[in-house]
Amino acid sequence: MAAPALPEERDRLPPRRAGWRQFRAVLLRDKKALAGVVVLSVFVLAAIFGPFLSPYDPNDMLFEMMAPPSLAHPLGTDDLGRDLLSRIVVGTRISLFVGVSTVAIALVIGVALGLVAGYFGGWIDNIIMRYIDLQWAFPNFIIAVYLVAVFGTGLLNIIVAISLAFVDDFARVARSMVLTIKEEQYIAAARTVGVPTHRIIWRHVLPNATAPIIVQATVSVSYAILGEASLSFLGLGVEADTPTWGLILADARSFISRAWWLGIFPGLAIMLTVLAINFIGDALRDFLDVREVAER
Amino acid sequence: MRAVDGVDLVVRRGETLGLVGESGCGKSTIGRCMLGLERPSSGRILFDGADLAGFDRAAERRFRRRVQAVFQDPFSSLNPRMTVEEIVGEPLLVHGIARERRERLRRVRALLDLCGLPGQLVDRYPHEMSGGQRQRVGIARALALEPEFVLCDEAVSALDVSIQAQIIRLLEDLRERLGLTYLFIAHDLSVVRHISHRVAVMYLGRIVEIADSEILFADPRHPYTQALLSAVPVPDPEIERRRPHRPVTGEIPNPADPPDGCVFHPRCPFADARCRREPPALRAVGDGHEAACHRLEDTVMAGGGDAAGPPATPARLATSTSTGRAT
Ligand code: SF4
Repeated sequence: MAAPALPEERDRLPPRRAGWRQFRAVLLRDKKALAGVVVLSVFVLAAIFGPFLSPYDPNDMLFEMMAPPSLAHPLGTDDLGRDLLSRIVVGTRISLFVGVSTVAIALVIGVALGLVAGYFGGWIDNIIMRYIDLQWAFPNFIIAVYLVAVFGTGLLNIIVAISLAFVDDFARVARSMVLTIKEEQYIAAARTVGVPTHRIIWRHVLPNATAPIIVQATVSVSYAILGEASLSFLGLGVEADTPTWGLILADARSFISRAWWLGIFPGLAIMLTVLAINFIGDALRDFLDVREVAER
Repeated sequence: MRAVDGVDLVVRRGETLGLVGESGCGKSTIGRCMLGLERPSSGRILFDGADLAGFDRAAERRFRRRVQAVFQDPFSSLNPRMTVEEIVGEPLLVHGIARERRERLRRVRALLDLCGLPGQLVDRYPHEMSGGQRQRVGIARALALEPEFVLCDEAVSALDVSIQAQIIRLLEDLRERLGLTYLFIAHDLSVVRHISHRVAVMYLGRIVEIADSEILFADPRHPYTQALLSAVPVPDPEIERRRPHRPVTGEIPNPADPPDGCVFHPRCPFADARCRREPPALRAVGDGHEAACHRLEDTVMAGGGDAAGPPATPARLATSTSTGRAT
């Protein structure tokens, strides 16, 4: 008979984890995060259903030029007589798409580089980190501007440029996580059992590095949305008639003194989205931190 | 850095060898080398007569199936993002023993049962279990490949005293049932005592004494072993008062820069001029009993150590570990 666990040891089974329910509880307690979720949901709906929701065609130049907000045009019209609300609603799609897709690309490339550099170390680490350090030395936005200058403008090029500009952040976060995780005993245990290296990285290292990577991602999404807006504002963005928040704002530049609504509303959309994502990111970090502590 | 020097350690099939020493004495390095996780800078690790360094992929795979380990910290030796099923089943999966999930699950449950755990723990995460349960899961994982040799690296040091005794009993029981060979690494002599057939004492990367377990505890010859032993209190107050006390004094020197001559001389009550010059070699002092000391003739302890202590029982183990950490 194997020595049985003493009854009192067996009975002390801690409660099962309820990840999603716990997170919902955090959301309900954290009013900022809740507001963030609500605001972001509205924008996501706008991104998905934008063309159906918008009251007019965003490119119709059929209305009175630079009309102030009114019942017919709640946010007014722009210098070419287009309905501003329609343009912002439709623009949500590209702005959010750029924000999310660039971060997704940057995350995959950056995390892969960071994992490889951190896990294998040595000359591989040296080569990768040399490059990452170089990129780290310049602000992300400057790099994005530079890359757009090289590739040319257009939606696809903007996405590539912003993605590459964010790669170093993810590589750094992932690498520093790997360096600590590598020393954990479960890695030694996995190697002892004969788990192949790629599986160790995928199943043992990566899942334990997710918390800071997710947090980094929420921060980066808001910067990426700002990045697209900024590039468009500088005239380095998408084609001129595509409605994106940055472009709407850029078009408004010369008329802001005469038509305040042209600047305020697209700016407000950008700010609300960025704030919402940051609030959610904060809550997510707290939530993941708490769980980390509970596991110790 | 030279963590371990001139260590010659033979673990015989079917026996349990205890390896004891203060932290930083190099015993964990030996463990990692034996598992093939680290390469010794010089010297060789032989398993069944074959050199680990010369293993190709296939040989390493075969080696992994025969040599396993239980690690110290049950908190950090289990991946917090994997369930018990995944943790214990992973060796079965990567070695292609049970590729099919149903079959794997059946084997995992059997392994848990072998280690005294209820089968419904399969979908738990490590943080949902107690320390003792976690360590049993670690043992189940080590046994999944049906190894012959299991390295227990401080396998009970991080546990509560009462749980320690349970885990040791489980390990002893498994040894009998599965015919396992153990190398049992610990910093605490009292933990090693009851499970080991032979015990080797390490100091600063060298083996200073090795003997059968009873002999070592009854008649320790090396001054360092004696000091370690005297730090372990004997529960009988009468004997406790009469037995000689020779605690280790002073700090452990930097292992990267060990003292000349006998590495123990700065802390040894017997040290003389020769000890400062010449490193002592292991010498036989009895049947299978060896010690590395110039003055073995002078170190015999009056009263024969704590041989008069009561027989080894788990209860005794518990009391002595609660108060006597050997450092
Ligand atoms: S050789 Fe000398 S210093 Fe070393 S343990 Fe023996 S008596 Fe002490």
